[in-house]
Amino acid sequence: MANVKLTIDGKTVEAPANTLLIEAARRAGIEIPAFCYYEGLALQAACRMCLVEVEKAPKLMTACTLPVAEGMVVRTNTPQVAQARKSMLEFVLTNHPLDCPVCDKGGECELQDMVFRYGAGESRFLEVKQHVDEREWSPVVFYDRPRCILCFRCVRICAEGMGVAALGVVNRGASSEIAPNRGDHLECDECGMCIDICPVGALTSGTYRYRTRPWEMQHVGTICTHCADGCKTTLGIRNNRIHRGNNRDRSGVNGEFLCIKGRYAGDFAHHEERLLTPLVRSQDGFKPVSWAEAIKTVAGRFAEIRQRGGKFGVIGSNHTTNEENYYLQKLARTGLGTNNIDHHRTGDVLSLLRARVPLATTADLYHSKAVLIVGVDLAQQHSFLAYQIRANWRHHQARVYTVRRGPVREDKIAARIVSVEPGGELAGVETLRDDLAKEPELVILFGDAIQGEAVARLTEFGSSLGIPVKYVCLVDYSNSRGAVEMGVLPAEGGMTLPEMMAAGDLDALWVVGANPLRRHALAGKPFLVVQDLFLTETAQAADVVLPAASAYEKSGTVTNVCGEVQRLQKAFETPGTKTDLEIFGLIAREMGLDLKQLGPWTPSAVFAEIARTVPGYDLPVEVLEAGGAVQAGPSDGLPDAVWAPVQSAGDTLFTSGTLGRYSKMLNAVREAPGELYRA
Amino acid sequence: MTFSPELEAKFEKLLKSYPPGRQRSAVVPMLLYAQDELGSVTGELVEEVARRTGITPLEVNEVVSYYSMLSRQPRGKYHIQICTNISCLLTGGEELWEHACRKLGIGNKEVTPDGQFSLEEVECIGACSWAPALQVNYEFHHHMTPEKLDRLIDNLRKAV
Amino acid sequence: MLYNEPSPLEVKVLTRRFGLPNSQSLDTYLASDGYKAFRKAVEMGPEKVLEELKVSNLRGRGGAGFPTGMKWGFVPRNSPKPKYVVVNADEGEPGTCKDRLLMENDPHQLLEGMLIAGFVVDAHVGYIYVRGEYRYVIEILDRAIAEAYERGYLGKNILGTGFDFDVYTHTGAGSYECGEESALLESLEGKRGVPRIRPPFPAVAGLYQCPTVLNNVESFSAVPAIIRDGGAAFAALGTPKNGGTRLFCISGHVNKPGVYELPMGFNLLRMINEVAGGVRGGKKLKAVIPGGSSCPVLKAEECDISMDFDSLAKAKSMLGSGGVIVMDEDTCMVKAALRIMRFYQHESCGWCIPCREGTLWLRKLLARVHEGGGTQSDVPLIGELAKNMLGRTFCPLGDAAAMPTIAFVEKFREEFEAHLNGAPCPFESKPVSA
Ligand SMILES: Cc1cc2nc3c(=O)[nH]c(=O)nc-3n(C[C@H](O)[C@H](O)[C@H](O)COP(=O)(O)O)c2cc1C
Ligand code: SF4
Ligand code: FES
Repeated sequence: MANVKLTIDGKTVEAPANTLLIEAARRAGIEIPAFCYYEGLALQAACRMCLVEVEKAPKLMTACTLPVAEGMVVRTNTPQVAQARKSMLEFVLTNHPLDCPVCDKGGECELQDMVFRYGAGESRFLEVKQHVDEREWSPVVFYDRPRCILCFRCVRICAEGMGVAALGVVNRGASSEIAPNRGDHLECDECGMCIDICPVGALTSGTYRYRTRPWEMQHVGTICTHCADGCKTTLGIRNNRIHRGNNRDRSGVNGEFLCIKGRYAGDFAHHEERLLTPLVRSQDGFKPVSWAEAIKTVAGRFAEIRQRGGKFGVIGSNHTTNEENYYLQKLARTGLGTNNIDHHRTGDVLSLLRARVPLATTADLYHSKAVLIVGVDLAQQHSFLAYQIRANWRHHQARVYTVRRGPVREDKIAARIVSVEPGGELAGVETLRDDLAKEPELVILFGDAIQGEAVARLTEFGSSLGIPVKYVCLVDYSNSRGAVEMGVLPAEGGMTLPEMMAAGDLDALWVVGANPLRRHALAGKPFLVVQDLFLTETAQAADVVLPAASAYEKSGTVTNVCGEVQRLQKAFETPGTKTDLEIFGLIAREMGLDLKQLGPWTPSAVFAEIARTVPGYDLPVEVLEAGGAVQAGPSDGLPDAVWAPVQSAGDTLFTSGTLGRYSKMLNAVREAPGELYRA
Repeated sequence: MTFSPELEAKFEKLLKSYPPGRQRSAVVPMLLYAQDELGSVTGELVEEVARRTGITPLEVNEVVSYYSMLSRQPRGKYHIQICTNISCLLTGGEELWEHACRKLGIGNKEVTPDGQFSLEEVECIGACSWAPALQVNYEFHHHMTPEKLDRLIDNLRKAV
Repeated sequence: MLYNEPSPLEVKVLTRRFGLPNSQSLDTYLASDGYKAFRKAVEMGPEKVLEELKVSNLRGRGGAGFPTGMKWGFVPRNSPKPKYVVVNADEGEPGTCKDRLLMENDPHQLLEGMLIAGFVVDAHVGYIYVRGEYRYVIEILDRAIAEAYERGYLGKNILGTGFDFDVYTHTGAGSYECGEESALLESLEGKRGVPRIRPPFPAVAGLYQCPTVLNNVESFSAVPAIIRDGGAAFAALGTPKNGGTRLFCISGHVNKPGVYELPMGFNLLRMINEVAGGVRGGKKLKAVIPGGSSCPVLKAEECDISMDFDSLAKAKSMLGSGGVIVMDEDTCMVKAALRIMRFYQHESCGWCIPCREGTLWLRKLLARVHEGGGTQSDVPLIGELAKNMLGRTFCPLGDAAAMPTIAFVEKFREEFEAHLNGAPCPFESKPVSA
C-alpha cells in the first residue's frame, strides 16, 4: 500500500494509507491514549479516550477508527483534547470503586496510569456509586463489575483470539456487564487471556489475586515447560514462589498469547510432594540421604558396572534443556560406553528431518496464505499454534484445511474439512490435492498419525503440489524436538526406549525427567536411577531418586516444535534440588571420568560445544541471550539414529503429563477439554 | 421444547423471512412472540431459540437482557405499562402511575399476589398526542385518568 | 383510526386517505391513485425518480433531516451484493406518534414507497422494523402485505414490470436506541442494539453489510405523492430546501393535542394557537420542545418561528422528529430536564463511556437538584457534564441527552437556582422519582 503524509502535532509523519491514526501516531512516538483499542482486535471506539482534533472535522475524532489520509492535519496536544481526555476519565471514575490499595492491578493498571497522566486531581461526583458483588466464574477467572470499564477487550480476545466466545455483554446502559457463557460460570479454555488483557482489575485470576503486588515480585522471562510451542512467559516471583505467569509485554514468539499452562500451571513447582532430598532404597523403603551420599552411591554402581562391561540403558527427557540432553548423551556414550539411549518420542521429527524439507516457524503460521492441519486437535494440543493460525485467518484470510478424525475447533475457520478414520489421514490429504495446488504457499502440520513411511509420502505429496511448502512435525513437551537433535537417540546397534524396558538384562537404567513405567513394564531388575521432581511411577521403583530442578529453576536453551531455539532463565530456586546438568556433572566427576573430554557442565560451555558440533545449532548467542528465538538451521538428518515408532502423549489443554498431575490449577478446572466445540 | 401450532407456524414464517444463513435475524421476534405465549423468557426458551437460530445461549442472553420488553420474570396476566415520559408527565402520567401503584398495591415490575396484574413504568410508547397513555398487554388506552384506570382495572378483574 | 379531530389548517398529502372508510385496504388505496406512482416510477426509470426526489426537497423525517434523494443516490446500484430497503418504524423519540398513524391508516402508501425505493436501487427485499409496542400496527401491516401479494403488488414480476420485491415486518422489543439506524440494523440482524462504527454508512454497508436504503416511515410514505404529482409540486408546499408537508405531533399543555399534517415552515405559534387550540386553561406559554425530546427547548419568546430544519437550526434547536411538546407557565423545567435525562439514561446502550456514565451521573444530579439537595456549584456542573458528552459519544444518543440539558440550564438557570439548598420545588411538593 502506498504511503501517505500527514501532520501530527506539527510533525510530518509518513504511514501506509489505511493505517489507523492511533497506530501512525504511536509509530511516530506520539501517544494517543486508549482503553478499548487493542492492536489486532476488532475496533470498538467505545472508550472515547483517543479523541483528537482533525483539521476540517467539526467534532473530535476517534484516532482508533480513523484511517490516515494524505494531507491530514491532526492535533493531539490541544486544550480541547486534554479536556476531552480528562472528562472521559472523570466519567469512567464515577462508578469505579477506587479500591486501588487492594486491587491486584494496582501498580500496573492502565486506568491508574491514564488518570495519572491525563486525569483530574479531584472528583466532582457526589452521588452514590453502583455496587455489584464480585463473582467467581471459574477457579481461574473472577469478575468485579464495579472495576470494569467496559472496554470489551476480554470479549474480543476470547471470541476472536481464542475462537471460544465464552464472554459476552449483558444488560444495557450503566447496568451493562460482562457475562460468562454458562450463566453463572465459565466453560472455556481457562486460558486467562481475558484477565491479562483487562486494562484494569476487573478480571483477576484465582492464582494471583490478593497474593502480592506487582512491584514486590521479580519478573523473569523464560519459556513455558508444558508443551512444545515454546511460549515465552514472564514469571512473577516472590519468596522463591511463582505467583503468576504472563506475557503482557508481548515479547517472545507468542506475543500476548499464553494458555492456562503457561499462565497458571507453574504451581507444580511448589507442590508439597515435590522431592527435596535424594532417596536411596533400603530394606524398609526409601531413605533420605545427602546429595554427597546419593551421588556416591550412583557413581559407585555406575563405575562398577562400567568396569565389568555391564549393560547400561539411559532414558532422557523431553523437558530438559538442550545442554542437558547433549551432555547426557555424551556422558552415556563416552562415559558409560553405551549406545542404549532414547527418550519418549512424541512425534516423528526424525523422519521429517531426513526428508530435508523446509520447516515452518511459528511466524510462518501467522503469515502463510494456506495451512493444512493433519490428524491433530490443534486447539487442544498446540493452543499457541492454533492461535497463530486463527489470527492469520482473521487478519489475512488464510485458507485453513483440516484432515481429522472428529470435530476440531479449526473446523470453524476451515475452507475445507476432511473427515477420516484412523489411518486414513494420508488418503484424506490426497483428496485436497486440487485445492492445495491452487494455493500460493502452504504450511503442513502433522501429528503422530503420520509417522515413518507416511512422513516421506506426505512430503512427496507436498513437493508434488508445485508450490512452496513448509512443515511442522507436532511433538509434545518443551523439548522433544531438542532431545532428537541433541542425539538422545540410539545409533545403529543401540536399544530404543521400548527395547530397554523389555530387555531383561540391563544392569543399570538411568531415567532422567521421564516416567516410562507409566506406559511400559520394566522387564529386568536393573540398578534404577531416576532424576525427577516427583515420586513418579518410575521413581517409586528406583534404587536412587535424585530430586531435580524444574525448567523454571534453571538456565539453558530449549527447541520448540518449530525448531525455534530459545533461552530458559532461572527464575527461582527450590532448595534441595539440583539441575539435571549439575547432577550429570557430579556423577561424572565422582565416577572419575575424563572431565576434560566431557567438558564443563555449565550451560554456556555446553551450548558452545553444541554450536560447534550439532548441525544447524551454530546460532547467534546474542539473540538468544536477549530473549529472542532463532530457528535451528538445516540438520544433517541424524544419519546414525535409529528410527522407532512415536506416540503423542495425548495431552489436552488441561493435562500436561506428570507435571500436570501436580498442578492444582490445572486440576481445579471443571470442564471436559474440547467440550465447547464438540457439542 | 414444544410451542402451540400457531407459534410454530409463526417461527417457521420468521425463519424464512431472512436470507439463507441469516436466521439469527429472527432471534428478537422469536423471543417476544414466545414470551407472549409462555409469560416470560425462560432458560429453556433461551436454549431453544439458540438451537433454532444457530447461535449460542450466551448470544441469546446478551439479546434478552438488552431489550426492555423481554423479561426473565413472569408478569401478570394483564401487564399494565404506564408511560410517564415527558408528554404524559405534562398531562398527568405521574399521578396515573402513582394511582395505579396504590390501587394494585404493587410497585414497578411487580405482580399482584393473584398473578393477574403487573405494573411497569415505561418510556414513551408513541401516544404523546393522546396522553397520558398506557398499554395493557399490547392494547393502547389514551387520554387516561385515574377514574378511567379504576374502571379499566375493575373490568379486567371481572373478566378474570 | 383517528385519535384527534383534524384541523382545517391541515394540508393533507400523506394523510389524505385518513378517515376514509377502510383506509387500510388495498381497494381504498387503489381507488385514490394507489400504486400509480410505482407504475410511473417504472416508466421513468431510476435516474429520473432520483431526480424527482431531489427536486422535491424531501428531507428525512426520522430526525436528522438528511435529503432523501441524495441518500438513495449513495447506494452503489452496480454492487454485486444484494441490496435492501429498511423502514425505520421504531418511533421512539418522546413526543413523536405519527409513524404509527401512517402505518395504521395507510399501510399501502408505505409499501408503495418501499417498492419505489427498491426499484430505484435494485433491491428486492424490504423490512419494516416496527417497535415492539406497536403490535396491532404490525398486524395491520401484515394484512396489507398479504393483500398486496395476493393481488400482485408484491412478489415476483410485480404488475408485469419484471420487478420482484418481498416485504417483511420485523418487531423490535423495547429499545429507543434501535431507532438509530446502525443500531437498528444490528437489531434486525438479531443482535443487541449497539450502534456501528460509521463510516461505512448503511447506503454502502447496511443490513448484512450490504447496500441498504434506510428511511423513516414518513419519508417513505411521502414518496408516492412526490412521484405521482411531481417533485416540484411537493417542494412548493414547503419552504426553500424544506419541501412538502410533515406530520407534527403536538402534545402537552394545549387544548387540542394531536397529529396534524402541515406545510414545512408553518409558524410555531400559529401551530400552538390556531391548530392546537392554544395553551390549556388559558395559561401562559412557557416553553416548547419543537421536535421531540432531544431538541433544545425554546422559550416562549423564541416561538415565533418557521418550523423547518434550517430556521430551527439557526435558533440552536432542531426540527427533529416533529414532536412539538408544549409547556405552560406552571411546568417545572428542572423536572422536565430530569424526566428527559431519565429517559436517555434508561435507553443508553452502554457502549461508550461518556453516554453510559454521563447520563447516569446527570440523572442522579438532576434528581438531587430537583429534590432540593443541590448547591450552587451543581447548576454549572449540569451544563458542564452535558457539554463533556456533547459531540464525543459513539452515537448521537449522547448528544440527544446533552443538547436539551444544556438548553434547559442555559435558558432557565434561575429555575434551577430556585431549587437549591433544601428549597422545595416551586411548582409542586412532590418530587419526581429518579
Ligand atoms: C438515538 C436515536 C434514535 C433514533 N430513533 C429513530 C426512530 O425512532 N425513528 C426514525 O425514523 N429515526 C430515528 N433516528 C434517526 C435514524 O438514525 C435515521 O437517521 C433515520 O431513520 C433515517 O431516516 P430519514 O432519513 O428518513 O429520516 C434515531 C436516531 C438516533 C440517534
Ligand atoms: S474508543 Fe476509544 S479507545 Fe477506544 S480508542 Fe477509541 S475511542 Fe479509542
Ligand atoms: S410521552 Fe408518553 S407516550 Fe410519548
